[in-house]
Amino acid sequence: MPLRNTLTRQIGQIQDELLVLGSMVEHAALGAVDALKRRDVKAAKAIFEEDQQINEKRFAIENAILILMATQQPMAHDLRQLAAMLEVNTELERIGDYAKGIAKVTMLLGDADIPIPIQEIDQMAQLAVSMLHRALGAFVAEDVATALEIPKEDDKVDELYNVVYRLVVQTMISNPETIDLANLLMWVAHNLERMADRVTNICERTVFCATGELFEVNGMDEDDLNV
Amino acid sequence: MESKPDALVRIATQARASVTPPTTKDYAIEMRNVNVYYGSFRAVKDVNLQIEARKITAIIGPSGCGKSTVIRCFNRMNELIPGARLTGEVLFHGKNIYDPDVDPVQVRRLIGMVFQKPNPFPKSIYENIAWGARINGYRGNMDELVEESLRQAALWDEVKDDLHKNALALSGGQQQRLCIARTIAVKPEIILMDEPCSALDPIATLKIEDLMRELARDYTIIIVTHNMQQAARVSDYTAFFTVDEDRAGIMVEYGPTNQIFTRPRDRRTEDYITGRFG
Repeated sequence: MPLRNTLTRQIGQIQDELLVLGSMVEHAALGAVDALKRRDVKAAKAIFEEDQQINEKRFAIENAILILMATQQPMAHDLRQLAAMLEVNTELERIGDYAKGIAKVTMLLGDADIPIPIQEIDQMAQLAVSMLHRALGAFVAEDVATALEIPKEDDKVDELYNVVYRLVVQTMISNPETIDLANLLMWVAHNLERMADRVTNICERTVFCATGELFEVNGMDEDDLNV
Repeated sequence: MESKPDALVRIATQARASVTPPTTKDYAIEMRNVNVYYGSFRAVKDVNLQIEARKITAIIGPSGCGKSTVIRCFNRMNELIPGARLTGEVLFHGKNIYDPDVDPVQVRRLIGMVFQKPNPFPKSIYENIAWGARINGYRGNMDELVEESLRQAALWDEVKDDLHKNALALSGGQQQRLCIARTIAVKPEIILMDEPCSALDPIATLKIEDLMRELARDYTIIIVTHNMQQAARVSDYTAFFTVDEDRAGIMVEYGPTNQIFTRPRDRRTEDYITGRFG
């Protein structure tokens, strides 16, 4: 009879909860951009408020991991798995914050007359969420090959970010009165770009979980944005 | 009666006096192709193990894997078991401690041992320490030696006013630290510990573990433990043993403790330390 059934089952339960959190975050990200597209302040407000549930879920998962570490003394792969889940949990919560930030922009814009490069923003969101979805699948499956491939798609998100950046700057130049509002759109693009970076971090944890090796995989780090 | 210095003592004394820094990694003791037999049964198979000086090396593994047999090879304790036989070499300062010109009593002085169950003599705390030193020919200030040994064993503050109390009146944890003090008193280079905390409560266990870290500044420590968390907490290196198809103990993996407990290379190690085998 295999030993440590309890530990294995409890790790599996936490992993399931992590996937639920991932779904909540994906839903929030796509919903936030959809609300922006439709300029639906009410929907944006709902997403803004639902972030509280994401935060609560994150704390519940963190608590469960810490209890398991304290009570079961996991070692080797079990330990790496729990440590990686702790990290992924935090990354997901931060992605949730980015979605909340986008929802807030929609609320601040209201029905103001400002051109929004929504096609590019929507593409960024679809791509970032797709990366996230597949990264979580790779994390659960400990699929190192996929985890090393996904971050390469970050370049496409960066390209779209640059397109949005230029379009928003053009709006600012052609109509300086829109600068404050256009600046909010910069934040939308920034948040989506950061989402993809967080996905890269999740992929790094997948590699760590499977191999015990900790290193940065291809993708932009937060500091790279700073001049 | 003072025993006559034998080959091992001479070599060890010369090594200590040497001012030439070691050119390779400083190993305190080394096993080469060691096999141990109890009668016709091979209990330990082909062990090669280099123990780094002034570090703590833990030997872990399931029951019957030969951990205790291996640790007893480091100071010829297995010889006391009828029918026990060893092939291969155990090198201490380059000298095989099983050579005919080596006195096993001197081996056990230079390579001391602390056992599973605290085993103080039924004498005073003071005498427990003084006795071993005296029969080993110690001619210095005995009071100083007793105090120094008890201080090193982190017991002095608890017993300094009761040195002539019977050692058996001490708690289990104190008795074990007294046994460590007794071992230190004869100035060994290596301290072997065979499950030193298995009879102790958790607090006494932690005190021994703290003490081990302190002692590792001056001594090489090899510990056999069933408690994997203890091995993870206290040791610098870990050797994992298991049994092969012949029921002989074999060493599966040996490396830095941090590596063994976070990313072991061998599946058998992984299964054991994650609790899925054993």
